[in-house]
Amino acid sequence: MSVKLTIMHQMEQIAREHGKILAPLCDDLVLLDSGLDSLGFAVLVARLEDKLGVDPFTASEDALFPVTFGDFVKVYENGAH
Amino acid sequence: MKMARTEPRSLRQYIGPAERFLFDRDASARIPDLVCGTVLGGRIGELAGRSVLVATGGQLTTALVLIELDGVARRLTILPPDADPDHFAAIVAGADIDAVVVDRSSATSAAFDVPLRVICAREIAAAAQLPVPSRETEWVMLTSGTTGVPKMVVHTLVGLTAAFRGRQPDDAVVWGTFYDIRRYGGLQIFLRAVLGGVSLVLAGAGEPMADHLDRLARHGVTHLLGTPTHWRRALMSPAIKNISPRYVRLSGEIADQTILDSLHNAFPSAVVSHAYASTEAGVAFEVRDGLAGFPAELVERSRDGVEMKVLQGSLRIRSPRAASRYIGNETALVDQDGFIDTGDMVEPRGNRYVFAGRRGGIINIGGLKVHPEEVEAVINRHPQVRMSLVRSRHSPITGSIVIADVVLKSADAAAHGELGEVKGDILKLCRETLPRHKVPAAISFVPALDVAATGKLARRYG
Repeated sequence: MSVKLTIMHQMEQIAREHGKILAPLCDDLVLLDSGLDSLGFAVLVARLEDKLGVDPFTASEDALFPVTFGDFVKVYENGAH
Repeated sequence: MKMARTEPRSLRQYIGPAERFLFDRDASARIPDLVCGTVLGGRIGELAGRSVLVATGGQLTTALVLIELDGVARRLTILPPDADPDHFAAIVAGADIDAVVVDRSSATSAAFDVPLRVICAREIAAAAQLPVPSRETEWVMLTSGTTGVPKMVVHTLVGLTAAFRGRQPDDAVVWGTFYDIRRYGGLQIFLRAVLGGVSLVLAGAGEPMADHLDRLARHGVTHLLGTPTHWRRALMSPAIKNISPRYVRLSGEIADQTILDSLHNAFPSAVVSHAYASTEAGVAFEVRDGLAGFPAELVERSRDGVEMKVLQGSLRIRSPRAASRYIGNETALVDQDGFIDTGDMVEPRGNRYVFAGRRGGIINIGGLKVHPEEVEAVINRHPQVRMSLVRSRHSPITGSIVIADVVLKSADAAAHGELGEVKGDILKLCRETLPRHKVPAAISFVPALDVAATGKLARRYG
C-alpha cells in the first residue's frame, strides 16, 4: 500500500473510532478542517509510526506540523525513503 | 484602574468602572454591568453562605458566576468541562455542596442531587440589591486522581492571585485563552484579566480553531495562553497569521524546545513564556528565555516566597500560592517541611533542569492527566488478558499519548491468528468505558511484563 493510501486508511479508521466525520481527503484540504482533532492527529502519528516505521515530526529538528493534507503526505513520503 | 495593595477580599472589588468585556463564541458581557447587575436572577441572595458547585456549560457564564459569588458563597467548586457524571455524587458529598449553578448549555443540570438549583442567564440583568461580599470564599478545583474520582483541591483567592497581584496595570492588554478557565492554568488568566481590569476572550465549546483565531484577532488580543497542544494546533491553522500577540504563554504541559522555537518563529517580536504550575502547588515559575526546562538557579533560592528543591529526582515546591489542603482525601498535600511533591521528575542538564516525565507513569495528554492504573483496569477486564502495562509514548501533537503492552492468558489467540480481533475488542472496551484521551492509541502484545521487587509492575517515568 502506498504511503498516501496508508495515511488515508488510518485517518478513516481513526475518524470512525472517534465518532468524527472525515472530510474528503484532497491535497489542499486544511488538516484542521479534516474532522480530526489534536487527539486524532496524535493517534494518527502514533499508528503511522507503527505502520511506516517513522515519526518524521519527532525525528526532524525542523518539525513544524504541516497545514494541508498534501503537505502531510509529503512529509511521510520524504521520511519513508 | 485602582489596584489594591492589600490582599483582595473578593473579585467584586475589581469590576468597576473600567470599560471591558468577557467574550465567548456567540456572546459577550460588559464586566462593569456586574456592579449593579446579576446573571443569577433574584436567586443570588439564596446562594449566600452556601457551598456552590459551578456546573455551567459555557466559560462565559462560569466567569460571571465566579465574579458574583466570590465573597458571597462559603465555597465555590468549579466543575471541569470533562467531568464524569459517575463522579458527581462523590463531588457533591465530598465538598458538602448544597447548591448548584447551571446554565442552559449544561448537559447535566438534572444530575445533581442538591437542595438548591439556580439557572444562570447569559445576559446581565439589573439587580435592585446584591449581597455584599463579606467572607473569604474557599475555591475548590478538581484534578484527576488514581482511581478516577477527582481530587478536590482547596485554594483561596489570595493564593490564586499571588503570582500576579500588585502588578502595574496595563490598559492596552487584551487577554485570550485557548485553555479552559475551569482548569488551574486557564483560571490564572481569568483572574489576571479581572484583577488587571482588562478584557478576556474565551474559547467556545467545540469552536473550530480558525474561528477562534479570527475572534482573537478581531478583539485585538495581545496576551494569549494555551497548552503546548493548543499552540501546536493553532500553528496548523492558516488563520494563525491573523493574530499578533506580544505575550505568548504556555502552561499545563511541559513545553519542549520545538514548540518554543515554532512560536518564536511565528511571533518574532513576542515574549514566549512557559509557566510551571500545578493545581496543588500553584504557579511556581515562568521561563522567558526561550529555552525548554528552567535555570538551575531557581532551585533552592526563594523568589516571592516560592521555594523549590529536587528530592529523589522530583520537583518539590513550598509556596504561598499553593493549595491549603485536599477535601475528603487522606493523602497529605505537603510533607513535614511544607513542601508539595509535584511528581514531576527533573534532571540536571548543564546549568538547567529539564523535565523527564512523571513519577508513577502518569501521562499528560494535552494538559489532561491519565493514571495508567485506570486504563489497565479496563484492559484487564477482557477475558483473554492476563496483565497489561499502560505507558506514555512521545507525541509531536499532544506531548504524550497512551499506549498499552498486553500479555494474553494463552498463546491460542496468536496461534489462531485472532490477535487483530482481540485488539479490536480491547479497544472497543476502552472506548466504551474511558474518555477518549485515555484510550490507547496503540496496543502491542508482549510475552511478559517486568515486575519490580515490590511485586508491582515496573514503571519507568517518561
